[in-house]
Amino acid sequence: MNAWRQPGCWLTWLGLLAGGLAVVVVRDNTVRELAFTLLMFAALASSLNIMMGYTGYVNFGHIVFFGLGGYTGFYLISQHGWSLYPAVLVGGLAAAALAGFLGSAILRLRGAYFALATIGINEAARAFVNNFTPFGGPTGMFVNFSAYAEYGGAAQALWLTYALLLAITILTLILSGMVKYSRFGLGLMGIREDEDAAVVMGVSAPRFKTAAYALSALAPGMVGTLYFFKNGNVEPGDAFRLNMSIEMLVMVMLGGQGTVLGPVLGAVTYERLRGYLLTSPLFKNLHLAFAGLALLLIVLFVPTGVVGWLRARFPRLRRLLA
Amino acid sequence: MILQVQNVTKRFGGLQALTDVTFELPEGQILGLLGPNGAGKTTLFNVINGVYAPEGGRITFRGKEITGWPPYRVAHSGLARTHQVVRPLNELTVRENAMVGACFGRERHSLASAAVVADDVLARVGLTERARQITSSLNVAQKKRLELARALAARPYLLLLDEVLAGLNPTEIALMVETIRRIRDDGVTILMIEHVMQAVMNVSDRVLVLDYGILIAEGRPQEVANDPKVVEAYLGDPKLAQKLLAEEAG
Amino acid sequence: MEQVLASLLDGLLLGFVYGMAAMGLSLIWGVMRVINLSHGAIMALGMFATYFLFTVLGINPYLALLVVAALGLVFGFAVYGIAVHRVIDAPHLSSLLATFSVNMIILGVGTAVFTTSPRNIDFPLGSVQIGPLTLQGTRLIAALVTMITTATLYLFLYRTYPGKSIRAVANNRASAELMGIPSARVLALSFGIGTMLAALAGGLISTFFPFTILSGDAYQPRSFVICVLGGLGDPLGALLGGLILGMMEGLIPTFMPVSWVPVVEFVLFVLILLFRPSGLLGAR
Repeated sequence: MNAWRQPGCWLTWLGLLAGGLAVVVVRDNTVRELAFTLLMFAALASSLNIMMGYTGYVNFGHIVFFGLGGYTGFYLISQHGWSLYPAVLVGGLAAAALAGFLGSAILRLRGAYFALATIGINEAARAFVNNFTPFGGPTGMFVNFSAYAEYGGAAQALWLTYALLLAITILTLILSGMVKYSRFGLGLMGIREDEDAAVVMGVSAPRFKTAAYALSALAPGMVGTLYFFKNGNVEPGDAFRLNMSIEMLVMVMLGGQGTVLGPVLGAVTYERLRGYLLTSPLFKNLHLAFAGLALLLIVLFVPTGVVGWLRARFPRLRRLLA
Repeated sequence: MILQVQNVTKRFGGLQALTDVTFELPEGQILGLLGPNGAGKTTLFNVINGVYAPEGGRITFRGKEITGWPPYRVAHSGLARTHQVVRPLNELTVRENAMVGACFGRERHSLASAAVVADDVLARVGLTERARQITSSLNVAQKKRLELARALAARPYLLLLDEVLAGLNPTEIALMVETIRRIRDDGVTILMIEHVMQAVMNVSDRVLVLDYGILIAEGRPQEVANDPKVVEAYLGDPKLAQKLLAEEAG
Repeated sequence: MEQVLASLLDGLLLGFVYGMAAMGLSLIWGVMRVINLSHGAIMALGMFATYFLFTVLGINPYLALLVVAALGLVFGFAVYGIAVHRVIDAPHLSSLLATFSVNMIILGVGTAVFTTSPRNIDFPLGSVQIGPLTLQGTRLIAALVTMITTATLYLFLYRTYPGKSIRAVANNRASAELMGIPSARVLALSFGIGTMLAALAGGLISTFFPFTILSGDAYQPRSFVICVLGGLGDPLGALLGGLILGMMEGLIPTFMPVSWVPVVEFVLFVLILLFRPSGLLGAR
């Protein structure tokens, strides 16, 4: 795979690994919590990028995989006593399977219609889970504190989830790079640029799109399971937040869609900005408004995001900004 | 026969775009497809390569029936086409555009061997210096050459060219015609829609003429050029056609 | 049986207002292929505008609607000029994100300024008895206002020059420009009318239920469903779609727990997008 030969990819992967390990070395709980949030969004944004950046299909309801995958994984832990590791895996696979199934139907839609359909699916999923008794209906599910005992107690469990998240995030970025620099990725980008022309050239668009959609759902499903496990509970309102979905979109666009580094950069920048705004007395209530403003400015003036702008402005840096 | 089109009919709502079109194309030939604007030539291409499914009729390619196949399947079987209005993959480089053709065409290359094929076809159309440029920065003539290169990269048995000469100046036309001849000499059969009369008459082995979706003439270029039905189709007035032919004879 | 009829009728009347809201969304889509994701937020602004005109200035809410309509129109011009105009010819995603960012800004500022405590307009209009059924006065007036607005809109679109310009631009912008129609101004006008309808609908809804700045969020998905039901781009279809949805919402809880209504709505939404994207009425 050509991704291994791209210095830009290695820079992103190793950079993230170094940052992530530094947190473990420092052994500070607050830093870990911050890093958890950053990594979570980096993984989510990166996975969204596979559909949005490489394939050109904007998924407004990406959060549905986080919600449904997370619900499935959490259900296995909470109601059936599964261990964390297989539950996380199944959460991801369930989300991917759902994406494969849904994708074959809604990927026939283009552009705005597709975006609308993904919103509809997210809302339908939330409403459905709200009524679905095995998943706890409107009150959701929770785990007993004792569940953390098998991982060495609550404190240890928190570090464990962090480590797992770090691993998942790095794997997602590796996946992103591998897709981008592969034959599969070339086909996806052909679809993005001109789907009809790509089809005429022989790209099996339906299969490729569905595969991309399923791949993009893996990380959110796994991350969702981890997140809910860490929080100890899950509710419909928490799991399908459309605003969170849109924030992921902003992160991808801010950093630069269609690149490996972009979504990570966007996620980190956006989350830090958001954190700053939330704690600042002046801007506390306005963080949503600021996010909106940021998005508007990006859409109007820098649609290729930071990484895209840098690549265009400094062509020689292209090798380093994958 | 590399391509057999039998009784193909295509309707769009109330509009009859193609009616009972039938012809055959032997391997290694260059067949010109003529007709006034709106005659249905591009629609015929779209039916052949799977963009549209016909309401009636059959298309047989290299002995296999491909009617109603999706375009990517048709591409895999060795049929490539260019578009009248070029459709480049804008944010990709010139080389990557050609590589898409190679990766997903008949030979299904991996990225590495696709790069080799891409470099080869780019050389053939004269775009080698621009290989690493982003496609959106090319001008229209260059994009047309890229469109052709992309189709060639798929290593097709049959190439459908839709007005490749449109908008080119005489020098460029001569170069392109030469390129087309060389493509045929390499073993690719060509079906080309063209309006640039001199060029297509010179390079084609046979021509077909469509008018309002109906095949009105078929034969060698010289025969067809003097067919009154053909002249009438282009000029619209049978009396004028006769008058012109009489003048030419006299 | 009486229950069912009563719910149905109530839903129908509510459906008028839903329909008017969706009309705005549908018009904007039909004219410029933009999906206004700030639609719900603008409805909420309409609610607040009516509320303040009523409580602070003591104006009759229904008279206040005239002011709200004007404000909605002007606000639409502003949103168009600032956020939409630049990206109108860009891929759909750009305009989607642009209007969504406007949504975020409105909600963000709105939450900060108005907080999330619910407001209420206390302007009861009694009720009317028709046989065994009781119809609320506020609902009846709202339906009436909707019908008047729809009629006015159609007169405008078909009998006035600006209206015809809008239809021309919706049909084929390039040709319209060649005929000398200033398309940018027409687009701004269309967007303004769309937001005006949304604000009006919000104002009417404020006379029915208590609301917060986030209330519009509940009506936006419904507006999408309605537009898709009636056919994106067809205002009359939107009105009919609204009536259908209103009746559905009235009818479904009589034989299914209320919490299932959103599930039905959204599944229907996705199914229509998939199989009849031109709407049940088969418009555009």
